[in-house]
Amino acid sequence: MKILQERIKHTKFGESLIIETAIRIMVPFIQLFGLYVIVHGHYSPGGGFQGGVILGASFILIGLGYDFKTSLSRMQEKTNIILGNLGALLYTGVAILCALMGGLFLDYSALDKLIPMGPIEWRSFGIFLVEVGVGLAVMSIMVSLFWDLCSGGDLDEGL
Amino acid sequence: MEDFITLVIAKYNYWIYVILMMIGFYAMIGKKNLVKKLLGMNIFQTAIILMFVSAGVKKGASIPILDKHEVLTHGIEAAQIVNPLPHVLMLTAIVVSVSITGVALAVILRIYRKYGTLEEDEIMEKLGQ
Amino acid sequence: MKALAFVATLVTGAILLYGTMDFPAWGDPQAPASVHLSTHYIEEAVAETHVPNIVTAVLGDYRGYDTMFETIVIYCAGLAVVSVLRRSR
Repeated sequence: MKILQERIKHTKFGESLIIETAIRIMVPFIQLFGLYVIVHGHYSPGGGFQGGVILGASFILIGLGYDFKTSLSRMQEKTNIILGNLGALLYTGVAILCALMGGLFLDYSALDKLIPMGPIEWRSFGIFLVEVGVGLAVMSIMVSLFWDLCSGGDLDEGL
Repeated sequence: MEDFITLVIAKYNYWIYVILMMIGFYAMIGKKNLVKKLLGMNIFQTAIILMFVSAGVKKGASIPILDKHEVLTHGIEAAQIVNPLPHVLMLTAIVVSVSITGVALAVILRIYRKYGTLEEDEIMEKLGQ
Repeated sequence: MKALAFVATLVTGAILLYGTMDFPAWGDPQAPASVHLSTHYIEEAVAETHVPNIVTAVLGDYRGYDTMFETIVIYCAGLAVVSVLRRSR
């Protein structure tokens, strides 16, 4: 009780213990759900765009519930940039790999020469690779939009 | 009057989109605040997206997620499934709308930093000086 | 100015409502949007790609080029926001 009172005295206005605990419990499940939406996009509503937005929303939730510094410490700016570039490059890389393997640009069935598992199965798996790329890019851009817009570009003080 | 009401009821979905579009259009051209203009543009885009999604509806049809083995062995009739193409197109349109909103908010932030206001006429006055 | 905007909005809405007179009714299976191209996707997409979700199949495979540039668009939007706002101290 004593520790709790000390803690409440030191927190700034607007930071609540209840909200912080709820977010700490919820964020891993939100990220797990985002990964599920990306990976399970073949069999249920979902896909790269939706799952990427959910993954980005988990980091935005940390930034809203705690403060800006915590959000930055959970996801470094450099990591974020690398993930975004990796996502966009994964999409174009798969497309160019298809062209290099002798098919058309973005014709995933040409990747059958790389790992033989049937051209139709490769069309299904190629969509999965592409969706992962889209999800990474969308997550990174969402988090970066929130950081830049809420701190005015300084990335030190925010909401 | 009765003819008019039957006309509205027969095509009521289009009336909803047109009214939404009018709200957004009025906010875009009638308001002076830049953020209100941006909100109007978002409402406008929502109206367009709703119209396209409703173009794919078929009465009594089910969602475009099929049973793989059932379809591979027996095939499927196109009338049983709603049209998936508007959903795909509007998925990309939503992403474009998010990008536009982000870039527009960034530019609005820079305008506020330089001129200290978001009202259109005050910005024009400061530009004229 | 506000009255002019209101009149312009009303005129645009009236023209659009006049245009919807010829549109198909809600949920019509014989609507022009539902009889031409989408039937091929519904009937053949599962056999051609082995993806049960037709929306994902069309998004990732048939319209893959479109989705690729969609990713480039949102990437460029993030790049634009960073280059407009970011200030390094």
